[in-house]
Amino acid sequence: MTAEVLRLESVRKTFGAQVVLRDVDLAVPEHSVTALIGASGSGKSTLMRCVNLLEGIDDGAIFLDGEEITDPRADEDAVRRRIGVVFQSYNLFPHMTVLENVTLAPRRVHGVARAEAEARALELLDRLGLAAKAKEYPDRLSGGQQQRVAIVRALATGPRLLLLDEITAALDPVLVGEVLSVVRDLKEQGMTMVISTHEMGFAREVADRVCFLDDGVVLEQGPPEQVFGDPREERTRRFLSRVMASGRLQG
Amino acid sequence: MSPGVDGEPAADGAAGTDNIAVADAGLAKGTGAALAKGTVADDGYRPSERRLAHEAYRRGRARRSALIAAASTLATAVALYLLIVNSPGWEVTRRTFFNLDYARQALPEVLKGLRLNLELMLGCGVLIMVFGLLLAVLRTLRGPVFLPVRLLVTAYVDFFLGLPMIICLLVMITGVPALRLTGVTTDPLLLGGAALVLTYSAYVSEVFRSGIESVHPSQRAAARSLGLTNAQAMRYVVLPQAVRRVVPPLLNNLVSLQKDTGLVSIGGAIDAVYAAKIIASRSFNFTPYLLAGLVFIVLTVPLTRFADWLTARMNRRQFQGGAV
Repeated sequence: MTAEVLRLESVRKTFGAQVVLRDVDLAVPEHSVTALIGASGSGKSTLMRCVNLLEGIDDGAIFLDGEEITDPRADEDAVRRRIGVVFQSYNLFPHMTVLENVTLAPRRVHGVARAEAEARALELLDRLGLAAKAKEYPDRLSGGQQQRVAIVRALATGPRLLLLDEITAALDPVLVGEVLSVVRDLKEQGMTMVISTHEMGFAREVADRVCFLDDGVVLEQGPPEQVFGDPREERTRRFLSRVMASGRLQG
Repeated sequence: MSPGVDGEPAADGAAGTDNIAVADAGLAKGTGAALAKGTVADDGYRPSERRLAHEAYRRGRARRSALIAAASTLATAVALYLLIVNSPGWEVTRRTFFNLDYARQALPEVLKGLRLNLELMLGCGVLIMVFGLLLAVLRTLRGPVFLPVRLLVTAYVDFFLGLPMIICLLVMITGVPALRLTGVTTDPLLLGGAALVLTYSAYVSEVFRSGIESVHPSQRAAARSLGLTNAQAMRYVVLPQAVRRVVPPLLNNLVSLQKDTGLVSIGGAIDAVYAAKIIASRSFNFTPYLLAGLVFIVLTVPLTRFADWLTARMNRRQFQGGAV
């Protein structure tokens, strides 16, 4: 049977007096895609940052492959090596070429030889139609290209889990398409992913589970047909109708 | 993106700045040259009447700005000259400060001394960069083990930022030999150089630190997400960006270091200033001082211009880079 890659148990996270995540439970099986939806400020990004240990949590536990990574004795660097992250603002390293961006972690963290790391990076870049850009610096690329490079960079170390944090939020509609098709391909290849997104149509199409976050609480989760087609909660319904009104929920 | 799409707005934009007359004239010429050399897209494009008219207008404005700038500079120079020459003490001042005979006599000595200043600047400059960077990095170390290191570095920087250069020099040059330590040099030149390194390392470490802090936290977050350790993130991601950003302010520090090498003369090392002092005290004429000052200025001006040019170039790059 499918194993669980990621599991959150009653995770609580506060910034000062503000509770950002309240008793969040989440399970992400292997080869599945979980979409986090919800208004800005509902805690999606914080949840991602907690999973990647960029933020500590106040209570509860997070497990990666059954191992508690929020245990203070866990090796943070070792945990992060197994998780790939793509950020909304790409966060490519501007002083490195595309190829250097992609090979940095394999070479320095995983000790892969330069030639081997570059060969693998070029193969990945080629698969995403970016081979011609390998020697360019990030500021010469379009937003969509930069975001695809960021995805390649996250994939280059062969992560167990991929976190995509509103990766299309800074892109125009045409570029959104090219980035989302990459995510579709990754799903085909069986990559386990957690995606936070405002693209409801995409979430519906690509996700195995949809998780609606509202004010730090997982208000509703289930298969996309249920959450989008027949939401149980009034607040989910209201959120979806607002999104629909803004024209973002097209199949 | 075709080169045409790239090239055209750049050329227009360049001619569009019309604040500084001299720069403006140069840029306007640059546009013309670009057209003539055919660096603009080779797609049979002919500039429209409108563009030619706009460019002619801009050239006219640039010429006018250049003329105004020249006239205003000339008028200011004449006014200053008249003011100085007609002041009551001018004759005496001229004899003691602007005596060509003494200048001629002093020049070879001053230049011989200047060699020492240059050597000091280069030698100390290299050491200062290394120590300054080291101090800045030590200050960013995290973890309880490094608390004493952080405290020491902070105390060091605070101390030498506040200590006047001249006092540091005096203490080093007179204080260290007074200790009569075996194996420690009493050479005023080396001790003076050490004082420069001590003080400037503190300045430069602050420059590096501001550079390190100017790198956006998301860069570090991205590096750590890839599994890089704190030290690796610093070395491969933060420092390369930080150092690039602080090159212009570092050059400014180098300029002021170059001047401050002259202070080493208080220990008796014969540099350009001390050479001037020897001649001045022989003849009771201050022209050699003025000469030494001029020589320093001649040396620092190219460095300052270089720093300006570099800053401008980096700013331009940043604007082209867009929202990164």
